[in-house]
Amino acid sequence: MKEISLYVHIPFCVKKCDYCDFLSGVYDEQMQREYTNSLCREIAYMGQQLEAVAVSSIYIGGGTPSWLNIAETEKMMQALHASFAIRPDAEITIECNPGTVTWDKFASYRKMGINRLSIGLQSANDDELALLGRVHTYERFLHTYDMARKSGFYNINVDVMTGLPGQTLDKLMHTLTQVIALRPEHISAYALMVEEGTPFYERYKFDAVLQHAGKQTEFLPNEDEEYRLYKMTQQVLQEHGYHQYEISNYAREDYECFHNTVYWTRRPYLGLGLGAASLIEEKRTSNVRDIYVYCQRCNGLSQAERDEHDIVSPLWDEVTELSRKDAMEEFMFLGLRMNRGVKRTDFTDTFGCSIEAVYGDVLKRLREEALLVLDGGRFYLTERGQDLSNYALAQFLLEDETDLS
Amino acid sequence: MAIDQSRIRNFCIVAHIDHGKSTLADRIIEMTGLLTEREMQAQVLDNMDLERERGITIKSQAVRTIYKAKDGQEYVFNLIDTPGHVDFNYEVSRSLAACDGAILVVDAAQGIEAQTLANVYLALDHDLDVLPVINKIDLPSADPQRVKDEIEDVIGLEAQDAPMISAKTGLNVEEVLEQIVTRLPAPEGDSAAPLQALIFDSLYDAYKGVIVFCRIKEGTMRAGDEVCMMATGASAEVVEVGYFGAGQFIPCEELSAGMVGYMTASIKNVKDTRVGDTITHKNQPCAEPLPGYKKVNPMVYCGLYPADGAKYPDLRDALEKLQLNDAALQFEPETSVALGFGFRCGFLGLLHLEIIQERLEREYHLDLVTTAPGVVYRVHKTDGTMISLTNPSNLPEPSEIDYMEEPVVEAEIMVTSEYIGAIMDLCQERRGTYISMEYMEESRALLKYTLPLNEIIYDFFDALKSRSRGYASFDYEMKGYVRSDLVKLDILINKEEVDALSFIVFSGTAYERGRKMCEKLKEEIPRHLFEIPIQAAIGSKVIARETVKAMRKDVLAKCYGGDITRKKKLLEKQKEGKKRMRQVGNVEIPQEAFMSVLKLDED
Repeated sequence: MKEISLYVHIPFCVKKCDYCDFLSGVYDEQMQREYTNSLCREIAYMGQQLEAVAVSSIYIGGGTPSWLNIAETEKMMQALHASFAIRPDAEITIECNPGTVTWDKFASYRKMGINRLSIGLQSANDDELALLGRVHTYERFLHTYDMARKSGFYNINVDVMTGLPGQTLDKLMHTLTQVIALRPEHISAYALMVEEGTPFYERYKFDAVLQHAGKQTEFLPNEDEEYRLYKMTQQVLQEHGYHQYEISNYAREDYECFHNTVYWTRRPYLGLGLGAASLIEEKRTSNVRDIYVYCQRCNGLSQAERDEHDIVSPLWDEVTELSRKDAMEEFMFLGLRMNRGVKRTDFTDTFGCSIEAVYGDVLKRLREEALLVLDGGRFYLTERGQDLSNYALAQFLLEDETDLS
Repeated sequence: MAIDQSRIRNFCIVAHIDHGKSTLADRIIEMTGLLTEREMQAQVLDNMDLERERGITIKSQAVRTIYKAKDGQEYVFNLIDTPGHVDFNYEVSRSLAACDGAILVVDAAQGIEAQTLANVYLALDHDLDVLPVINKIDLPSADPQRVKDEIEDVIGLEAQDAPMISAKTGLNVEEVLEQIVTRLPAPEGDSAAPLQALIFDSLYDAYKGVIVFCRIKEGTMRAGDEVCMMATGASAEVVEVGYFGAGQFIPCEELSAGMVGYMTASIKNVKDTRVGDTITHKNQPCAEPLPGYKKVNPMVYCGLYPADGAKYPDLRDALEKLQLNDAALQFEPETSVALGFGFRCGFLGLLHLEIIQERLEREYHLDLVTTAPGVVYRVHKTDGTMISLTNPSNLPEPSEIDYMEEPVVEAEIMVTSEYIGAIMDLCQERRGTYISMEYMEESRALLKYTLPLNEIIYDFFDALKSRSRGYASFDYEMKGYVRSDLVKLDILINKEEVDALSFIVFSGTAYERGRKMCEKLKEEIPRHLFEIPIQAAIGSKVIARETVKAMRKDVLAKCYGGDITRKKKLLEKQKEGKKRMRQVGNVEIPQEAFMSVLKLDED
């Protein structure tokens, strides 16, 4: 049976963080209820569209999915179980933020089959948490973490952020040592991006430009400081048994996030909920981003209209059919984000031609620049290649006229 | 219909920039009933988009209107608009030659400015009767009496009866119309004499070919006449003659002595119909051409390159089309190691350059890279020959150079007394030689300096304005060449000379400019995988150096979940950025870098 992964989007937050540009916001209980109902309709609808697939992972992300109450979460999980054949060993993750969970909630998660938590910490320093506009303190996080462990969660990710305004090596070190001491199975270390449309953008837009240009900054770490923060994170986590398997992701032995690697290896996934993205049948799609339109369209879904040939959804707002060229590009720039890189024979198996036939020049140049190596039949980025991954990965975008036969 | 010569008035309006010349022209056209207000686009005469946006008149234009005067007679007014900028001085002088009188517009608050003087002297040189008009009398700061006195004292024109108007509101413009009839002369000339017509402008029209704007001095021109241009030697059969409505050409039977109008003759290139040339009949030519014709030569050169090398043929086509309308624009193909194929283009001045550049970008949608503009240097070689150097890359080896000369101008700067010191400092910094200073009145002086052209083409005007808080005005004319100590400054990026960044500079300021260039380039060149030295050198001697550090980190660590499209867009943006770069050796230089060095003095 074909396998697929599911992403479920819960766009609700207690309060939107100042740096966040994800599709999320603060909504009242009625809206949450209406959204959950709509989501369940979409789940049922897509379940019918996609008969006979086994679900190998589910990731419930947000927003703050843990902000949903138990009844709504249960309703959603039941809908998923009812509509999809979820493998018994499937990795099922839910994102939680400190202060939005209770003992009961964790217990119900366990009961519903959720077996992995991703807890948003970002920093162990309360001043940094305040600066980020987070609603919790470090103390509060500790409480949540403790509760999670005691509730029987043995696969936990903790999110931390680097490159915060005013972040020194010492401050980041403090965060890392605190987190490491808790021994979570997985740590995601994201670099702060100052995104347009966020309060952070208004505060730091000039700095962001300076940072990008390699100039002296006022609040944000300059490029060199950012580099040192990033390298220190890598080094410290590695020393404590967290190996880096992707640019921002570290895990203890055997605890890499399966769902995460689905994205980088181009395995199919179905996005459910507001604005959720899918990769399915060599199409990239994304759902409507307006919550009212989303609910309206879900209410109009009729269970009957199943197309024999194509999977379609009235919720899709954007549909991009991937060409052979798109697929090759993605194979490379996604695959190379992972430390283990891409396998030569996988490329040949997928595209029917050798990797060198398409990317010979790029591979040669990147190897000459010591950004890429070929070892054991795999191409992967060197440490410097990872440091300069934007530069390196951009090389794999092909010109329109490239001959791909 | 034959028009009685005594009821024709051919005139122009001269003024300092912003004193209200175009506004007055609009009012005159409006009030003589040629156009209804609805038809009236603001500033009818300036019909290029660019002109309207910049509020300046680039090419001269003409319009004919009918005015019914208080004496009950109808008069034909031919209003010839003249460019206001010094770059187009020659065109101004030819436009003036087509007139019999001039209206001098002076701002009631600002009084006489440098261009007022330059233009009014030019008008007097052409024996035009000058009718002073005081404009903007509705401004709170207006002081018309002071301005009248100034006109009498400084220029020596009777000004007590000058109409005091507001061109903006139309106040007293009627008075101007009456005085045009009573105080400006009617044209003279014999309609039966051999044809003698002055070309004062021409433009290319895709349907009619070149349209020649002319003033008939003697004789008569009709459709079907065989004519020739006395200076260029081009000949043609006249297809159509006519006069200028507002924004349109109105054919008529004939143009006779004293009239201003146009003719078409299926001429394909404006080069054949140069401004200042004389048109005469091929079979019955006039004895001699009208005086004053000269071929205008470009003063400022720069390289223009298409940002996308594939657009080279498009750039050539566009330049050719612009040249159809602009005989002063010159271009020759050239190649640069850094920029590929492009053109070395010659312009009358920096404004002319900017206008051409903007028109290429706006009307022809070309993305351009411009090299630093330079003047034409004279290089006297040891073998006794002399070359006119328009491209620094062509400078001969130092051993072959005997000496070099650079063009200089005589500049007239009018400034209020409190800023005299600051302006004199500026002129000194720009290697100026003091000639004289005269007080126009107690609070204002006219400074005269000789200045190297190369020192004023970049930003002199801006510097002048900022150091005088806008109270200085400026005009100049070419004075020829003087011997000067000049060197070629080369820029090396990662040890490779970038030809497009080389320029000629006075040796005394070479260090300073070299240092600034390196600083600016350091800002503009993005970091690469390796360290990049940027050096300024004279010959083999390095005089300034900066370093672009190697790039250490360029990671997009943030995870966008399944939203791969967004991730790809960011990578595409990164790659797109590289496309806009120029490869020199193994360094990629953004196009902006070539332009940024033109603006060294901005910060």
